[in-house]
Amino acid sequence: MKKKKGLRNYDNMGYLFVIPFVVVFLIFSVYPVVRTLYFSFTDAKIAGVGETNWVWFENYIRVFKDKFFWRGLGNTVRIWGVNIVLQLGLAFLLTIVFSDIKYKMKGLGIFRVIYYLPNLIAATSIAFLFQTLLDWRYGTFNQLIAGIYRLFGANYNPINWLGESATAGPTIAVISSWMWFGNSFIMLMAGVQGISKDSFEAAAIDGAGRWTVFGKITVPLLRPMLMYVAITSLIGGLQMFDLPFLMAQPTSASYDSVYTAVMYLYKFGFTTGTTQTGFASAIAYVIFLIILAVSLIQLKVFNKED
Amino acid sequence: MNTIGFKIKKGILYFLLILLGIICLLPFLLMLVNATRSGSEIVTSFTLIPSSHLKENWDTVFEYFNLFLGMLNSVKVAVPATLLSAYFSALTAYALAMYKFKGSRLIFTVILIFMMIPGQLGLIGFYNLCTKLRLVNSYVPLIVPAIAAPGTVFFLRQYMLCVIPPSLIKATRIDGTNELYIFHRIAIPMMSPGIATMSIMGFIGNWNSYLTPMIILNKNEKFTLPVMMATLRASTDINANQGAIYLAVAVSVIPILLVFAFFSKYIISSIAAGAVKG
Repeated sequence: MKKKKGLRNYDNMGYLFVIPFVVVFLIFSVYPVVRTLYFSFTDAKIAGVGETNWVWFENYIRVFKDKFFWRGLGNTVRIWGVNIVLQLGLAFLLTIVFSDIKYKMKGLGIFRVIYYLPNLIAATSIAFLFQTLLDWRYGTFNQLIAGIYRLFGANYNPINWLGESATAGPTIAVISSWMWFGNSFIMLMAGVQGISKDSFEAAAIDGAGRWTVFGKITVPLLRPMLMYVAITSLIGGLQMFDLPFLMAQPTSASYDSVYTAVMYLYKFGFTTGTTQTGFASAIAYVIFLIILAVSLIQLKVFNKED
Repeated sequence: MNTIGFKIKKGILYFLLILLGIICLLPFLLMLVNATRSGSEIVTSFTLIPSSHLKENWDTVFEYFNLFLGMLNSVKVAVPATLLSAYFSALTAYALAMYKFKGSRLIFTVILIFMMIPGQLGLIGFYNLCTKLRLVNSYVPLIVPAIAAPGTVFFLRQYMLCVIPPSLIKATRIDGTNELYIFHRIAIPMMSPGIATMSIMGFIGNWNSYLTPMIILNKNEKFTLPVMMATLRASTDINANQGAIYLAVAVSVIPILLVFAFFSKYIISSIAAGAVKG
């Protein structure tokens, strides 16, 4: 009898152990989310300043009608799209090369480290590094290209990579994929190595050719992994902020093609002069609903895979 | 099998892999070289040979801002945040994995839901809360929320269920040891590889974080490194001299490169671990 009572006491310790988490979570995670939801239904200009009235769905209607918001979202998806094709394409090719049973490429460890390196650096530093390298007239990158042109006796007309609407978005996308392909490569490689060593060996014993192994083992194994990486990346990509925020030039014509949805949120949420807390909160919730929809699709797809 | 063709193909593959490696490293190499060159040297020619203007660039950068202060501030935020997150996430995960109490399922479900909620959703409410609590320009809102990190708790809970047999915990209980003592002396050591993995990733995330610190901090002397770096935009002195920009970027990048030099194995295995779990 005594022992049973004791056991129940042990379980009560659980309450004690989760208290710090629960308290901090309620204050710094739950409350802000609820507070933002409240603001999204009001006409708050600057949170906590002046009178605040309920306007219910007015802010949401305004978001849905706001073509600048949708352009921002379109920019986000477009930059993400170019980025993910390059990033996953490259990661996929690398995974194929390193898992090929005939070539048996060496040096995976060191290549992984090098390919992953750009992912570690703060976006602020990356932004200034590339802004300077890509400078229109004096940047090292255009000098390099001009040098290559000169080798062939041609004349290079410098491209203003970040200043022109046609190139600014793709340039930011390429830099993002440069930052992220190593990460995707490690994930895909883990997918191949983790699950399939036995299958590879069994296939080799059975005398299967490398293309059979590739088509029958590698690709089917990688398919759910590719989906997983792509969708998690979409969820992150919809929140894209640092790199475009720091690299976009607000005064240049290219700005309209590179500002993202979260940059639009930042404009109304936190920029002095344009702050409209209620409207910005509604933007935050619309972005969230879009991400939620993507997550639900993800769950559905994966439940089917299982 | 035609071995010469095979060798050539393999050689080409290695060449391409190395080329890709160069593409990853070249921007950093250019950064280091250009950090030693004067603005006028950089704009007139391209080279990989360092020059002698490091000192001038250094003076230009540090006249404008003190990057070491930014680093110190980043350390003041990232280290306590990482430690708090490690300890309390482990404690919460332990409670959720080892005890059966009412509400534990609810907490776990809420954790799963919040893992899907993007960080910017509550940002406006978060800022509003910080103004009300007079925490603007304080590090508290950048550090304390680390105590409740749903993703870390989730990972550590799964990890714990794999590495700690509940029978072991039960066996220690018969000796009548204090529960917190069991957590400190048995659970934490057994979970340390998982905790280390999450801590390194958490530290890097904290160190590089930009949006939240930018919103919370508005005094120059409080700026963390990324926020300080972002003010480069406003400096005409530095923007007139590309060498200074490269040097500022180089100085800002070095600490994280050092971390990577020591922990690259952990970092890469943690991404791989996350992938297999997913």
